[in-house]
Amino acid sequence: MAGVELSGVKKVYPNGAEAVRGVDMKIDDGEFIVFVGPSGCGKSTLLRMVAGLESITGGDINIDDRVINDVSPSERDVAMVFQNYALYPHMTVRGNMSYGLKNRGLPKEEINKKVTETATMLRIVDFLDRQPNQLSGGQRQRVAMGRAIVREPKVFLFDEPLSNLDAKLRVQMRIEIKRLQRRMGVTSIYVTHDQTEAMTLADRLAVINDGRIEQMGAPIELYNNPATLFVASFIGSPQINLIPARFEGGKLVSGSIQLDGFENLPENKDLVLGVRPDALSQNSDSRFEMRVDLVEQHGADNLIYGVLKGAAATEGDETEICLKVDQQILPDIDSNLGLSFDTSRTMVFEKDTGARIV
Amino acid sequence: MNSTNWRLISTHAILIVGVIFMSLPVWVAFATSTHAPETILRDGLKFWPGGHFFETYSEVLFVEGGVMKSVLGTTMLKNSMILGIGFAVGKVIISMLAAYAIVYFRFRLALPLFWVIFMTLLLPLEVRIIPSYEVVSQLGLLDTHTGLIVPLIASATGTFFFRQFFKSVPEELLEAARLDGATPWRFFIDILVPLSKTMIAAILIIMFVVGWNQYLWPLIMTTKEENYTLVIGIKQIYQILSEGGELPQYQKAFALTILATLPPVLVVLVFQNWFVKGLVESEK
Repeated sequence: MAGVELSGVKKVYPNGAEAVRGVDMKIDDGEFIVFVGPSGCGKSTLLRMVAGLESITGGDINIDDRVINDVSPSERDVAMVFQNYALYPHMTVRGNMSYGLKNRGLPKEEINKKVTETATMLRIVDFLDRQPNQLSGGQRQRVAMGRAIVREPKVFLFDEPLSNLDAKLRVQMRIEIKRLQRRMGVTSIYVTHDQTEAMTLADRLAVINDGRIEQMGAPIELYNNPATLFVASFIGSPQINLIPARFEGGKLVSGSIQLDGFENLPENKDLVLGVRPDALSQNSDSRFEMRVDLVEQHGADNLIYGVLKGAAATEGDETEICLKVDQQILPDIDSNLGLSFDTSRTMVFEKDTGARIV
Repeated sequence: MNSTNWRLISTHAILIVGVIFMSLPVWVAFATSTHAPETILRDGLKFWPGGHFFETYSEVLFVEGGVMKSVLGTTMLKNSMILGIGFAVGKVIISMLAAYAIVYFRFRLALPLFWVIFMTLLLPLEVRIIPSYEVVSQLGLLDTHTGLIVPLIASATGTFFFRQFFKSVPEELLEAARLDGATPWRFFIDILVPLSKTMIAAILIIMFVVGWNQYLWPLIMTTKEENYTLVIGIKQIYQILSEGGELPQYQKAFALTILATLPPVLVVLVFQNWFVKGLVESEK
């Protein structure tokens, strides 16, 4: 078990494309870190650089206080779980799990003992003599994890391991991974584009955008206090409501809507007001209203989608808004709903730079 | 009668005609080989088998002077086997290793090299037969199995097939193996070779048949009778048998032909499942 440290890590491909543009990060021993970001943001590349599957073209990566830039993947003492499992199709589950140990020259009895132990923990003992194509997706996923665990590596690397599973299994495996990681206390890096997975699994979350870390911190911290417009819109489901606005005469103005309670904002600049759907509430004598066009009933709560009346247009379209309410509140389609919000839970961003102002 | 039945009948009719067209000559050769030489000389080719099956075939296979001056049918059969198997195995090994290098190792000129290999497809053996002969004879390998097989085993076709196959193997398997501490050699032996099983089988079968049927190279390579392959034997038998004013032993020539076609047919029959799988299988 070990800490991982990235300093100024860069990846430039021979054709000049920059995938990772300087990442600094310190991961503590036993921490569960999730890299999250849109596809093509460089999160997988970063993970593969830690694994040794991609060369490091700038900066250093340390595992356990040892620079591993030029160390071969097998000697870095990391194990990886791949998106498509990457099980050896011609080997049994036992063969798959013991292959790495065999290459290390461990004695046979010890390999068998470790494989059986790990398989018991993952509840795949019954499948040890089957081949991967005789297993279901969830079982394959377990075998892939078993193959990583059995080696007792210093660091676990997960590359979107759940994206090939169906929704129900994904939730199950998510919980299982979290429990397992807690119990074993192995430093883990997990890459995903699914923000629910990211929120629920991470001790700390790194939101990556365009090869840079946009913000890093505890998931709830990123949710409540995003540093940039990108993080605010990426974290949280349903997505945060973004309303174009300007600060004029001491008020935040969006179209015909004028909001009090904001001070010291820069004037003559395009701003974006961010309000989470759960920070909005229904209020019949409010000054701003939405026209309801869709209600999603999720069981415990309802999501009400519609258009914010009178607000400035977002890129030519009417500004849409979403509100999260109790299951009892069930407005009619095309009805108008008064809204209010808690000013302390709103955020204001600068539109051009994406930087958070309030 | 409805159209489905008509289609069934017409397609089957075409297939049956095709089968007869292809197999009738072989049958006639077999039937003729079981007759006495006098009968053949008098009546020509025979459609129904005669009574000399054991006599002819045992003489061809086991009796010295029965078919050639000295070499036995079994020896020629053995030589053909060695050529066929050596040719097929050699080609598979060489082309797999070449494809492995081209696909998995990043070295300069990998792509141009691949195209150079591929372009040799355009050059048949006949183009290089004189230099090849010169090299083999300088090395003192004339009339040896090594000299017979080695110059033939480089295979552009095999390399190409294996290259395409290796390219379809998921990248992650290589990455997983690297993390598992597999060396390039171990990855090849432990992962790639087992995955290529059906592909190997298909190429082995094709190449065995091609090797078995080699004619020109064994013909100029072998000078001694004991190194003749069956295919060479067929060519030589007629002139040998019709020498010296004896009755031409047509039945033995036919018997030898039947014997020469048998092993490739058996190989294809026995391994046809593997063969088809190797050529069509995409599941990995």
